This record gives sequence, structure tokens and C-alpha cells, in this order.
Amino acid sequence: MSSRVFNILVTAFPQIGLAAIKLTIPLTVLSFIFGCSIALFLALVQVANIKGLKQFARFYIWIFRGTPLIVQLFIIFFGLPSLGIIIPAFPSAIIAFSMNLGAYTAEIFRSAIMAVSKGQWEAASMIGLTYPQTMARVIMPQAFRIAFPPLFNSLIGLTKDTSLASCITIVELFTKAQQISASVFEPFALYCEAAVFYLIICTVLTWVQSRLEKKMVWDKPKAVRAARQ
Amino acid sequence: MSNSMLEVKNIYKSFGENQVLKGVNFSVDKGDVIAVLGSSGSGKTTLLKCISFLEPANKGEITFDDFHKDITKVTKKEIRQLRMKMGFVFQSFNLFRNMTALENVEEGLIRARKVPAVEAEKIAFEMLDKVGMTERAYHYPDLLSGGQQQRVAIARALAINPEVILFDEPTSALDPELTGEVLEVMRQLAYDGSTMVVVTHEMEFARKVADWVVFMADGVVVEEGKPEEFFTSPKNERTIQFLRKTQSDG
Repeated sequence: MSSRVFNILVTAFPQIGLAAIKLTIPLTVLSFIFGCSIALFLALVQVANIKGLKQFARFYIWIFRGTPLIVQLFIIFFGLPSLGIIIPAFPSAIIAFSMNLGAYTAEIFRSAIMAVSKGQWEAASMIGLTYPQTMARVIMPQAFRIAFPPLFNSLIGLTKDTSLASCITIVELFTKAQQISASVFEPFALYCEAAVFYLIICTVLTWVQSRLEKKMVWDKPKAVRAARQ
Repeated sequence: MSNSMLEVKNIYKSFGENQVLKGVNFSVDKGDVIAVLGSSGSGKTTLLKCISFLEPANKGEITFDDFHKDITKVTKKEIRQLRMKMGFVFQSFNLFRNMTALENVEEGLIRARKVPAVEAEKIAFEMLDKVGMTERAYHYPDLLSGGQQQRVAIARALAINPEVILFDEPTSALDPELTGEVLEVMRQLAYDGSTMVVVTHEMEFARKVADWVVFMADGVVVEEGKPEEFFTSPKNERTIQFLRKTQSDG
């Protein structure tokens, strides 16, 4: 590698890093939180079989899984203004990513809830737990554990999908690399550097996932509670 | 009229085309230990599930103490109240996998009965002691053997102080060498005067522990009686066949 390219990469590093910290990571984190909230709602109304809301959930999932994310992004940012609804770029991206993630993750949550055995419901009802108590105390803790690996899959997918925000003027990690590459004309080196950034973030996430997964297994006796007085 | 504590009359239940219960009458007196026998598919488990409302019956009546109603018209609230008087022990234990043995036993007390946590813990330890599981109080179900899980499940059913405990083939999912510890706990409960309905394949238990044996075939009660009479001089042809078969098996 020539020293010119090396210098470019070194100079670009903090700039791309800053874009990742200021935009890529916040976009990912916020979209993930909102997306999971949407997903939880969509999954619960389906499992509880609430008339109207269940049909709404199926319709929602049909729309957002059936259309490309970039099209959703364009409709919100470029399309809605012609209807008089103007949403700035960053919130537009959050809305598109959250709503899209919500549709996919709803299915993860729903299948995880269904995967908890029927016997758990029966046992809970026989000791007098109500439906909300059963959900909160018995079903969701187990469903969450089942949902956890695919949930992290979604999170990792989302991290990379935030690069689509470059299409709606957001100068995140990838856009930054694009801009620098355009000015110094080193596309190969800079896009590889951008790729490395994504790889670093996803590696950290994978590590976090395996740490958390180990903690979530109920395979050791619980530490004896502090004696109650 | 009998003055039984729990009685169901003329229970019908079908799953689609398959009619599983065809007019079953069944009653339990306080302090009774009733063994319900019958080959697989005879409807014994379904009967237990209809009594506890885990499966809605299609027709019939239920009486529990002074509560009496058409079994299909019992409201959700009434079901909850009736279940407060019933303990249920499942074939597959169904302990809450995300809770320790102690938490499993406490849960119903704290959430449904609103017993203060300190008192609930005390009761839970007493129940675990009854089934010999205090040493495993802080273990999760996945760390326990089948027999241990079933003993915790019995403690969980006992904790809410039910008037009757329904056992659905409590030893059928266990390895043969683990059935003894569970049957021993049940024998002790019977001895202490608990009211129990036990759907089982354990002939020995039915013969020695039960006060009354009910034999089901094809969705009806074919024969019932005191165990000594039932096992020594069965009257119905189906019963005779069943007993001959189980005796040659075991």
C-alpha cells in the first residue's frame, strides 16, 4: 500500500468514526428500540386474538415485509412532502427503519410466544394467574429467551441497513466514506475502510449476544436470596 | 342426592368428529382418594381437563360445594374461583422454566392469593419440605430430574391449599426408577387426608391407596367400586379384559 493511500485511510478514520458515532449508532439504537416496541405490540395483539387489532397487525406486516426498505424510505422522505407532510431526514430514517424492523421482529416475537409450551399456560391458569400475569411472569421471560438469537440477527441486519440512509442525505458512516472517496479518488480503500467499520460494530454485537445468551440460561441454582427479615 | 364435594354429571366432550366423553358422571367426597383407570383413549385425561376447565366440555353440569351450574355456562370469573379450590398435577410437570423450585411454589400465593412475600416463602418452604425438596429450593426445573420436578409440581399444587388435587398421570412421563419417589409423596398426601383424583396406570397405587376406583372405556364410566372388590371380582367384561391385560404386562 502506498503511503499516500495509507495517509488517506488514517486521516479518514476519525471522520468516518465520528459519522458512525453521531449517526449510524444512534440510528440503529433508536430504530431498534422503537421497532421492538412496535413488534411487541403487533405480536401481543395477534396472540391475544384481539379483533380488529389482529387484522391490523397482519395488514401492517404484509405491507412492510412486502415492500423494499429503500422504497419505504423514499416514500417517507421524498414522497410525503408532496402531500404536505415534511419530515426531516433523520426522523424520516428512524420512522422507516423502525416500522420495517417492527414488521419482521413482530413475527420473531409471535413465533417465540407460540413456542412456549401450552402446559405453561395451563399450569399458570390452574394456580390462578390472570392472562396479563401469565404473559408477564411466565410466557414473556421464556419467549424472550427463544427470541433472543433472531432478535440479534435483526439488530445486526439493521446496523447495516442504516447505510441506506445515505440515500436521503444523511451523512452517516457510509456517506462519509463516499464523500471522502469522491474528493481523493480512492474508492477501493475507502469503501473497504467503511466495510471494516461495519464489521467492527457487528463483531461487538455478536460478542455481546453470546455473553448475554450465556447469562440467560437457567442452568445454575439461583444465588440464595438475602435473608428476609 | 349425594352430598359430594365435587360432582360432574352427564359430561360430553368431542374434539371435532371424535367424541371422547359420552355422558360421564363422576363425584368426589371430601377426603376421598379416587383412582381413575382405563386404557389410553378412554377419556380419563379429558375428564380431568373438563373438570378443571382446561378443556371446555360440550355439555354437562358441575357442582362444587354450594356452586351448581351448567358446565358450559360457567363464567371466566367463576372458573377462576373454582380453580382456587383445585390443584392440578400434570403428566409433563409444567413447572415454570424461568423460575426456581421455590418461586414456582410461591407464584400462585403471591400473584393470585395476594399473600405477602415473606409468608408465601414460609408456606412454600413447608410445601417443599412435604415433598422432600427443600434442598433444591433454588434450582431451576432444568436442573432437576423428572421425579424431582413432579414433586415440586405437587408442592406447587398444594401451596394454594386446594380442596381437591387432580393428578393427570403423574408418573407416566417418568423413568421407571423415578416413579417410586412421586408415588410415595402421593401416598403420604392420601394418608394425611387430602382429597385426590388420580388418573393413573399404576395398578399398585390404585389397589393400595385409593378408596374408590373408577374404570373408563370409550368415553363412559364402565365400572366403579372399592378397590378390593374392583380388583378381585370385576363385573364388566371390559374391566376383566383390562385387568387381565395389565396384569400380564406388569
